Amino acid sequence: MLSTTEQELEKKFQERIDKGESIEAKDWMPERYRKQLIRMMGQHAHSEVVGMLPEGNWITRAPSLRRKCVLLAKVQDEAGHGLYIYSGTETLGISREQMLDELLAGKAKYSSIFNYPTLSWADIGAIGWLVDGAAIVNQTVLAKGSYGPYARAMVRICKEENFHHKQGYEILATLMKGTPEQRAMAQDSINRWWWPALMMFGPSDKDSPNSAELLRWKVKRYSNDELRQRFIDRTVPQAENIGLTLPDPDLKWNEERQHYEFGTINWNEFYEVINGNGICNKDRLKARRKAHEEGAWVREAANAYARKKSGETIAA
Amino acid sequence: MKNDNWPLWEVFTQKRFGAPFEHAGNVHAPDKELALMNARDVYSRRNEATCIWVVPSDAITSSTPEDMGPFFEPSNDKIYRHPNFYKTPGASFE
Repeated sequence: MLSTTEQELEKKFQERIDKGESIEAKDWMPERYRKQLIRMMGQHAHSEVVGMLPEGNWITRAPSLRRKCVLLAKVQDEAGHGLYIYSGTETLGISREQMLDELLAGKAKYSSIFNYPTLSWADIGAIGWLVDGAAIVNQTVLAKGSYGPYARAMVRICKEENFHHKQGYEILATLMKGTPEQRAMAQDSINRWWWPALMMFGPSDKDSPNSAELLRWKVKRYSNDELRQRFIDRTVPQAENIGLTLPDPDLKWNEERQHYEFGTINWNEFYEVINGNGICNKDRLKARRKAHEEGAWVREAANAYARKKSGETIAA
Repeated sequence: MKNDNWPLWEVFTQKRFGAPFEHAGNVHAPDKELALMNARDVYSRRNEATCIWVVPSDAITSSTPEDMGPFFEPSNDKIYRHPNFYKTPGASFE
């Protein structure tokens, strides 16, 4: 037996992180690192899965066959993203069943953005452009995180996310070239989604209890505020390009800082939604549970078929 | 029967004919046929693969990262396996 103490192991672990080494599933890691990653990755996977619901709402009502095909493909991608991350999370010693149980029981968190309703077709544009745009900013840096299976899942996801972002922007750009009603619809959608999209980066750093530790472990590479700023700086010119007005009177370019300044985020709203009081929290879980229950026969049939086939193999 | 706990399969994809198979990730599935279909839907939605292998995860034996040093030690002192060990001017085929 090695006489190495926990402390020494932790020191070695931190040295590996500092050198930029990737931590793999079977490597020694502090229990808290494991727990934090299970929490973060679980929430991320659930967000991908619940994120299908607001968009799924519009599949049957997409305005053309082209838009419908694109939306179907995008929603299928989100399911795939959920699966990549669930897979990665399982390497940390939690079962997929347990994660799904926690989600369906309402014990697991997912991104607050998906508790807002999709009221118009323009919202599908806003989700792609803003929500997936914010996700790209987040995930591009998560792809350089210290936990190998998570980072690799992010690389894969980032490649696919650009399509999501562009199809959303295209929807809005098309509406903005349309009738006054279509332009109003696009603008109304941005008025509703802009602030919730900014909240996706999480609380301000001074109110983010886990940030310091996660930065030290390189699970996170930049603070919530830095990433939010990066998102805003990239998004404002895109809004201007197609004639959308972002609903923030304080938004202005700061030449000295080379960044956009922006107004105060309503964090009360964020915490209300996180704690279950958003517009759609209950609907989302209800829809998830219904989908799970109504899919039971498919899972049973697959099992019965597998049993039958293995029986045949044994008999043969 | 509890049906959510399907066995795990490791997925290997080949990017183009003749290329080596690379580990892409894993899927849960009740049998090998569904494992292949799930693997296609999860890891090749954009023609990333020309061929896919699925292997039951528990059929894979792996060396352990802790034993990495001693396990790979036998090749450490065999520098004569590399062509630049030999000082033979003019003998290159390149």
